[in-house]
Amino acid sequence: MEKVKKRYERPIITKHYSGLMNKYGSRNISSPKSEIDGVLVKELVEKYDSPLFVMSEKKIRENQRNAYRIFKNRYPNVQFAWSYKTNYLDAVCSIFHQENSWAEVVSEFEYNKARKLGVKGSNIIFNGPYKSKPALLKAIKEEARIHIDHFDELYDLIELSETNGQKAKVAIRVNMDVGVYPKWDRFGFNYENGEAWQAIRRILSSKNLHLIGLHTHIGTYIMSAEAYRVAASKLAALAKSIRQEYNILLEYIDMGGGFASHNTLIGQYLPAEEVIPSLEQFADAIASGLFELPYKGEELPMLILETGRILVDDAGSLITTVIANKRLSDGRRAVIVDAGVNLLFTSFWYKHKITPAQENGFHTEDTTIYGPLCMNIDVIREGILLPPLKRGEQLVIDYTGAYNNSQWMQFISMRPNVVMIMEDGSVELIRKAETLEYVSEREIIPAKLKK
Amino acid sequence: MRKYIVPDTIAISDSGFLFMPSTGETFNLNKIGKEIFQMLQKGGTEEEVFKYILDEYDIDKSSFEKDFSDFVAQLQKYTLIKEE
Ligand SMILES: Cc1ncc(COP(=O)(O)O)c(C=O)c1O
Repeated sequence: MEKVKKRYERPIITKHYSGLMNKYGSRNISSPKSEIDGVLVKELVEKYDSPLFVMSEKKIRENQRNAYRIFKNRYPNVQFAWSYKTNYLDAVCSIFHQENSWAEVVSEFEYNKARKLGVKGSNIIFNGPYKSKPALLKAIKEEARIHIDHFDELYDLIELSETNGQKAKVAIRVNMDVGVYPKWDRFGFNYENGEAWQAIRRILSSKNLHLIGLHTHIGTYIMSAEAYRVAASKLAALAKSIRQEYNILLEYIDMGGGFASHNTLIGQYLPAEEVIPSLEQFADAIASGLFELPYKGEELPMLILETGRILVDDAGSLITTVIANKRLSDGRRAVIVDAGVNLLFTSFWYKHKITPAQENGFHTEDTTIYGPLCMNIDVIREGILLPPLKRGEQLVIDYTGAYNNSQWMQFISMRPNVVMIMEDGSVELIRKAETLEYVSEREIIPAKLKK
Repeated sequence: MRKYIVPDTIAISDSGFLFMPSTGETFNLNKIGKEIFQMLQKGGTEEEVFKYILDEYDIDKSSFEKDFSDFVAQLQKYTLIKEE
């Protein structure tokens, strides 16, 4: 009878450093992640290849419902608008729209994407510093909510509404000091220096513009709930002046997005869960700022939220495969995986949670994870404790749902498949891997260069 | 056949905890690492280590060869062994 051999694991030795005794060479931080939403990682890779982005329908719906409930418990009239740039895969946007979210777009491309998905103009919030005149005209005709970023745009709108005889529905984006740095003062009109009030007066003096709301977006990955209270109370103060001087009630206050998700930032020592306010705390802060509105009961404007990151970050994972093991000149261990920073844009600012997909040993080594790009910047993670991994084994990188599928780029290889695990456990391909034909389709070789 | 010298003052616990009295440094070895280290400490040759591992574990020779030379390089770096 043939002898049954024991499971092999590469021999390793790790040195203890004083003070970090229990951090090194001891236990694996977490147990393996062999499945996502009940589907085996191995099977996903066999069928859809590696690397592979995986989205969870269940998680997206849970997140959106949970966020709605939290805000609705604190403010009577709440409307979410899905921030397209956070993840504009059609399947992902469609879930949000099924969950009654409007669309928040920041470009003509995103605007058209939302329209194509069946979102009507009046359910689109059109943000951003660049909206071409044709785009603005279309938005006016379709009664979209246009959030003005600067005076040049304001005058474009006055002109376009006038020549077309249709009133534009507008709000202004307001930037302000909320005690969070860096201050985002490049978008919209400033509150403290009176620019915002000046813009409001200009709008209200034009018979072609219809002021329906106020908007702010104080930044992204904001770790302070208090900042939102300050922002809400400043918008409430503007609403109060508008009421006092013009006797105009606003339809809505749009607080933008920006709530920090549970991804830990590079350079952040404590895990995000321990330093990030909960959604309840953010909601409390906004509701308490809005209490200063000079409105009562029925009059209260709608609260719009353009929440992005926190609603999808944890609904996405990236599966990647080990291509090679390496030892660096200073003795550190490195692994090369098949997903690079061109796919995982967020690795520039997050310390993603990265877990082996299979049972590995008990011991771990300080490891650097490199992507396959032939570029020095291609580092998925500097210094993470990982057990010894064999070529062909998988790692699951968690919390990749926000900003990667919109900011990824096609660089030296094709972008991979994206699948969605549906609520019933089935797996659907939602974006096909690119092909050479797809990538070269748009290129034209001048006749002279053809052989 | 290569042999290695291992200072015999080095103590290893069952769990793979290694203490070097001369410097006060401590290390951790995983199970296979501990087995190999102990074989070398008892004067085992590279050949014997290979025979043992390939016999006991589900691994092919060339894969183990890569891992073994990497492991030995680490041990040398930490001055836990010297080539004879
Ligand atoms: C205007 C606007 N709204 C909403 C968002 C979504 O922000 P987040 O993903 O941080 O929630 C952004 C992104 O920065 C934005 O620019």
